[in-house]
Parts: sequence; structure tokens; C-alpha cells
Amino acid sequence: MSERTREAMRIAAAAPAAARDPLALARERILAPGGLGEAELERALGTLLGHAVDGGDLYFQLSRSESWVLEDGRIREGTHHVEQGVGVRAIAGERTGFAYSDEIVLPALLEASRAARAIARGGGEGRVQAWRARRGHELYAPLDPLETLPVEEKVALLERVDAEARRQDPRVRQVIATLAGVHEVVLVAASDGTLAADVRPLVRLNVTVIVEHEGRREQGTAGGGGRFGYGWFLEEERALGFAREAVRQALVNLEAVEAPAGEMVVVLGPGWPGVLLHEAVGHGLEGDFNRKGTSAFSGRIGERVASPLCTVVDDGTLPGRRGSLAIDDEGTPTGRTVLIEDGILRGYMQDRLNARLMGARPTGNGRRESYAHQPMPRMTNTFMLAGPHDPEEIIRSVDRGLYAVNFGGGQVDITSGKFVFSASEAYLIEGGRVTRPVKGATLIGSGPEVLQRVTMVGNDLRLDDGVGTCGKDGQSVPVGVGQPTLRVDGLTVGGTQA
Amino acid sequence: MAAETETRAAADLRAERARCERLVALALEAARAGGADAAEASASVDRGLSATVRLGEVETVEFHRDQGIGVTVYVGRRKGSASTADLREASVRAAVEAALAIARHAGEDPCAGLAPPERLAREWPELDLHHPWGLDAEGAIALATACEDAARAVDRRIANSEGATVTTHEGTSVYGNTHGFLGGYEGSRHSVSCAVVAREGEAMERDWWWTVARDPAELEAPEAVGRRAGERAVRRLGGRKIATRECPVLYAAEVAGGLIGHFLGAIRGGRLYRRASFLLDRLGERVFPEWMAIREDPHIPKALGSAPFDAEGVATRPRELVAGGVLRGYVLDTYSACRLGMETTGNAGGVHNVLVAPSRSGGLEALLAEMGEGLLVTELMGHGVNYVTGDYSRGAAGFWVEGGRIAHPVHEITVAGNLAEMFRAIAAVGDDVDTRGRVRTGSILVGRMTVAGD
Repeated sequence: MSERTREAMRIAAAAPAAARDPLALARERILAPGGLGEAELERALGTLLGHAVDGGDLYFQLSRSESWVLEDGRIREGTHHVEQGVGVRAIAGERTGFAYSDEIVLPALLEASRAARAIARGGGEGRVQAWRARRGHELYAPLDPLETLPVEEKVALLERVDAEARRQDPRVRQVIATLAGVHEVVLVAASDGTLAADVRPLVRLNVTVIVEHEGRREQGTAGGGGRFGYGWFLEEERALGFAREAVRQALVNLEAVEAPAGEMVVVLGPGWPGVLLHEAVGHGLEGDFNRKGTSAFSGRIGERVASPLCTVVDDGTLPGRRGSLAIDDEGTPTGRTVLIEDGILRGYMQDRLNARLMGARPTGNGRRESYAHQPMPRMTNTFMLAGPHDPEEIIRSVDRGLYAVNFGGGQVDITSGKFVFSASEAYLIEGGRVTRPVKGATLIGSGPEVLQRVTMVGNDLRLDDGVGTCGKDGQSVPVGVGQPTLRVDGLTVGGTQA
Repeated sequence: MAAETETRAAADLRAERARCERLVALALEAARAGGADAAEASASVDRGLSATVRLGEVETVEFHRDQGIGVTVYVGRRKGSASTADLREASVRAAVEAALAIARHAGEDPCAGLAPPERLAREWPELDLHHPWGLDAEGAIALATACEDAARAVDRRIANSEGATVTTHEGTSVYGNTHGFLGGYEGSRHSVSCAVVAREGEAMERDWWWTVARDPAELEAPEAVGRRAGERAVRRLGGRKIATRECPVLYAAEVAGGLIGHFLGAIRGGRLYRRASFLLDRLGERVFPEWMAIREDPHIPKALGSAPFDAEGVATRPRELVAGGVLRGYVLDTYSACRLGMETTGNAGGVHNVLVAPSRSGGLEALLAEMGEGLLVTELMGHGVNYVTGDYSRGAAGFWVEGGRIAHPVHEITVAGNLAEMFRAIAAVGDDVDTRGRVRTGSILVGRMTVAGD
């Protein structure tokens, strides 16, 4: 993480002073072209705040994204996408009215405002409080990543990734490398006077390889990214490292035997396996489910939900991280929320609506996929703090078990608490030693129980490489996860060897 | 009055189609003028409304209006694509410029290009895809309320709710290319769904039900949807793990479509030419039991997956995917077909309606009886499917079955196997066909899988 911090600082320092105030930039890029100023925002919010409407907000967004896909050693396709619009929300008690427009001009804004207030009966015009400009954290430079590398160099980067992957092993049959970047400018104006903006870069590089040997085929995938320019991939051979890692995983899987089936001791590697925390406890600690009482963690603040070795936080303030944000999508600066402290449930992640209804403070977790979606409590970067154990000692302590180091996605039923996550690289532990690789298998457990079964926590906390995307109610947002090596005494492993 | 509103809405949508057609024509012209040898573009406008009622109170009312245009240009055999959600003329021109700039940096690809002109749809069947509902927010709220009330009335153990949601959408989409194709049509989609929570002691279980159709008259009644959601949540109470074992697994119709979806994923051109499918080179070979038949029929009136032409303007047509258990066809678009040395199957943008022929009458009951002892799966979790190897491992919940009857609910287990073997081990397909998705199948009984639990 320290490298990433330095990178973010370096880019921030290099940015021209005029471009460093996100609010000025958002006004110029989003509002000015449609002739909008603060007076028009007040008028739209005034229209929104009819009788019996408690509050409302406008969320303006401008985004430009691109992707380049290399396959068979050549650029097969590239895409470019532009999106802009404004989402208008009216809130009355627990009710929300929502409408949006892809035109950022006053008539469209007023029409959306009138539609959104359909939840409130009766007329009248509300008053907007005096504007208070809110500044977020400085976690990333307000740059447009698409402009940080000439196209020729983006292409050359993918070609080098392809060559590096093929150079690793003659069994590599196919390499698919994707480079993607997003430049997003957002502006939030709320009836309580909140006025805030953010300029959000996001880049990602992904490598998938197919290997083939004696009729058996396997794949490996690696990648990373964050809120930087593309230059990040060129430093420290990061991009080439992803290529090597994808090949390594694919070759390991070529040797994999059937995975075991049944409950056993599982050791989870550091970093991306933290998807465990995201599924097992993260979603269940989002404010909306807890306000409604539909989470397996509802009403359990202050109770023991994990072993005393476990402290889990959600932190949106880490510089340059994929899940980080200067402000959330309601204009609240992000924070570091302690979810579980020494095994005791301490807090939920909140957006403004759920915080108000629960009498809690917003934690900067109000996020949305775009202007066309409503905000809700979402994770940022969710991870467990380091513990006392040497990772080698953790493996030595297991007589028979599974050592899982890479995962695909996961899913949780927040009501029953049951969650799954699927290992894509795993090994057997036999007699305290990591032995044979096994095929991918889904692991299933119960969120409120699994962390109580954590008996050892490594001193090797790592965050993931920046590839996570979380889906909830059909909305996708970028997130981060992380953890140290963990020993869990009892998770059900879904292999085929009964 | 309502009829008049509907007519006006339909006229509005036709006007939107005309606008989409103009923009597609504009994009193609701009692409030509900018140096493209060929180009294709698609534009769409969709609008709708959704309302959610929770515990008898309105929770959200959302008004949707989505639009966009995407353009792909070919400069020689180099390809570039761009899209924008902003349909102003200048923005469309900017998208074309962006696509051209990308094409100049793309690699020469002998397969890059438009669909063959002789495969483009010249005329197409009327598929009856557009049925506006004319529902306003008040109406949607009333239906959602009726739905949730019915769910909560099922049992005193229904302790909480995630609410009932009613949605209505209609839209138009247009596709055109420089072979001279320009076509578009209107469509609608409406749904009612409900999710409630049952509680007994400390244990909570959630389940849901939904109905979806292009014609509102074909939706299940909101009260029926609610009752089904309530019954499903209550019957999960008291779930427990079972011991790890091998046994038959019966996929209930609402999850069986996913199993066929994995088959369709494995015969998709993109996976085949990348050699990333466990069904690679299996065309003409037996991959299912001899009695199994799977068809694609894009022309079923009012069906959710029906389409007169695919996303490249290629005429769709009914065909066999599996006959006598033998794989008869892949799912290809123009590019992947070229890479495989084959012809497009009219599946740019995906499959249309896929129909699995039932092998047993008597619904789910008959399959439960046939299984005797085994696991009935009603919910699957996670993404544990490896298309390269066919390895399959997913979280599951459902019921343990003994003597052909449901014995008790089961949770926190996994079901695992290899898809190639699971397909061969299919013992029966029920006639309890679920028509809510692109895949229409009844429940599917798989002879043997590994179930992991305690």
C-alpha cells in the first residue's frame, strides 16, 4: 500500500493548481454547458421539496470510459463510452421518489424534480438551506486517466503483457488482456445545503490465459488497478507481473486433483481472499438491512460475532484504492468505520437516509452505480487488521485441511447469513505442509458464525490488487477487500471427493 | 381514457423509433464520411416506472428513461466501437469520431466485419412484443400493496418484508448497417415481485417469487405472487445441513434454467474460438442422454426472448440445438463463426427462446417420486462454474427428499460435479415449465452429484 500512497501523492503534486478543486471543475464541466448555476439548483430543489418532503438531492455525473482488448496478439477491439445525467431524489420519512434525466438543462431538471416528488401528496414549495461547500479527502489526483498515456503506448502495454505471458511457458495457448479506464466527474447538491464534487479516475488491467497440455485445458486470471493514471501499470513491472501471475495460476490448475467435499479446517491466504469478509459480514452490516431488521446481524451491536482475534474495518480513505472515494455519492466525506473490534460488533455502514432513520451518523458509505440509480449503503475497502501469527506457523498448525489463496466471486443471503465464495486456486494441507493443488470449489458458511471459528490471524495483512466489483440490487460499484492469512476451524468445502 | 393514453404512448414510442432511425442513419453516414469502409449502429430508448411497497407503506417510486446509441466502424479489417447515452446529434458524431480513432489503432483482423448481406433479415414475422400497460405510480403502488399484503397474510411467522415491487417498461430499438439494413421494433416488459422474511426463534429465512411478461394480461395475479413468496419463505424454516454424500439432485424449474444456461454458455462462439469451453469440438457428438431435445425458437409470439433479427440484423430462425442427445448447433455471431470457419447462427446479442422438451408428465411431483431419495434444489448461490473444464461447485438450499416426499429443508450445503458428466447423467425433465426467462424448462433430475455438508 505504501507504494500506492506515494504514487497518489506524486500525481497529486504534479496536477496543475487550477484543476485541483473538484467543485470548480465540476461546475465548469457539468453545470456550465447547460447554463446551470447555483440559482437553478436551488430552484430544482425547491420544486422537489413540496409539502411533506423531508429533503432531496441532485446528483450530476459525467463519465467517459474506454477499454482496449488484446487477443491473439493483436488489438481485437476498443470501445469508448460517454454518459452524463442527473438523478433527482425526494425523501419523505422512509419513502423515496426518484427520477433522472440524461439532459443537464433546467427544464429537464424541473421535470425530473416534479416526478420524484410524486411520493409526497399536496403542494407547496420548500426552502433550500444556504449552500455549504464540502471538501472531501485528497486521495487521488483529479486526472483523466484516458489522457495519461498516448494510444500507441496503451497498445504497446497490452502487447508486452501478451508477449510476457507467452514467454512464460509453451503451454500458453491464448492470452486475453484488457486495459480499461474511467474518468468520472460528479457533483452533489442537497436541500440541506450540501454542495460537493469529486473527480474520480479509475483504471484496470486484466489478463486471462488459457493453457493446454495433453488434451487438458485450464485458465488463469490476474489483474489490478486503482484510482490512478495508466502509468501505474508501467511502474515496477506491474503489468508484466499480472501476466506472469495469470500463467502461474493456470499451470497450477493443470495439475489440480479433485477437491475434497465436507467441513474442514480452511486456511485462507492474505489479500483477495478477504472477499470472505465482504460476503460473510460486510453486506450484513450495511445500514439498510439493519434498519429493516432483515440482516442476520440486526440488533446485535455490542455482541460477540467473531473471535477476539478479529478486527474488521471499512475504510474509504485509503489513497488510490479502487474502493476509495473522497466523498461518497451523497457528498459525505468517506471514513474509516470499525465494523468488528476484537470480535465485538461495533457499527454499521450508513448512507444518509438510513443513518437518519436509525438515529446514527452517516459514515460516507452512500454509493450508487450512476445518476440513473438510487444511492444505498455500500462497502468501500473492507478488510481485517493483522494479527499475531506467522503465516507459516498457521499452515504448520493444520494436520488436514484446505489452503485457498485465490478466489472468484461470492454471494450472501443476508437474512439467513449463509454466504459462499469460490476458490480458483487451492491446495491440500497434509501434516502441516501444503501439498497438492486441488480444483476450484465453492466454500459455504454462515456469516454470524464463521469469524467465531477464526483461531489464528496472520501478521501479513494485504489488500487486493484492485479488481473487485460488488453487486447489490442490480447496481455495481468498485470495491476493495483485504485480510491477513486466517485459519478458520470449520468451513464447508464444496468439492467432489465425498 | 386509459385506452386513449395507451394509444398516445404507442405513438410517442413510434416517434422515438423514427428518431432512433434518423440517428442510426446519421451515424452510418458520418462513419462513411470519416473514412470507414463499413459501419453498424444501434440505438434504443426505454422508459418505465417501478414502485416498491414495504410493510404496507410506499418505499420507492422510480421513473426510468434510458437511451443510448452505439456505433462500430470498420476501417479495412480494423474495428472500433463507441457509444453514448446522449442522443444529441453532435454527441453521436463525436461517438463516430471516437470509434474511428480506435479503429486506426486496432489490429488487422480478417474476421472483423458486418454480417454477410445474404443473411440479413429482409422481412420479419410480427411477434406481438409490445403491450403497453398504461400504469401510473398510484396504480403500481396499489398492485404492489395487494401483492405484499397477500404474502404477509400467509402465515403468522412472516415477520418482516423486503417489499413487493411492480415495474413496467417499454421501449424501442433500431439497428442499421452499411449493407443497407435498417430495422427496429417496440417491446414491453412488466413484472411483479415480492420478497418476505419468515422467522422462528432466532432463525430468519427469506424467499421470493415473481412474474414477468410482455403483456400485462399474462402476469400472474399480484396476490398469487405474494402468496407464493410467503409460502416459500415459511417452508424454509427449520433448515439444516446434511452429511456429505453422493446422491441424485433435482433442480426445481426456477433454477433448472441456470443449468441449461451453463450449456448455452459452453457452446457460445466466443468461448469456443478461444478454446475456453469444455464442449469444444463436440458438435455432432452426444452430450446429453439420447432422449433429450433442446430447441431455439426466436419467433414465439409475446415471448421474452423473441426477436425478428439479432444484434447484427441477421434473420433469426427456429432450430435444433440438441436432438437425440446430440449437439446440433453452436451459438454464434458473425465474428466467432468466422473464427471457427462456420456461419453465424443469428445469435449476436445472445440466445432467443430456448426450449427444453419435457420427458415426464405430472410436474415436480412426478420427478420427486422418480428420485425417491435425494436433494431438491430451489436456490443456488455463487459463481462456481469453470467453463474451461466444466467443473461445477455452487452453494445451494432446498429440501431433503425421502420416499418421493419432502422430508425437511436443507441449507448451507454445496452441490458439485462436472457439467459434462452432469449433462449425461440427466435422468428426466419435468413438464412444470417455467416460462419467465429465455430458457424454458421444467425441473431437471440429475442422477448423481456430490453434496457437501457436515
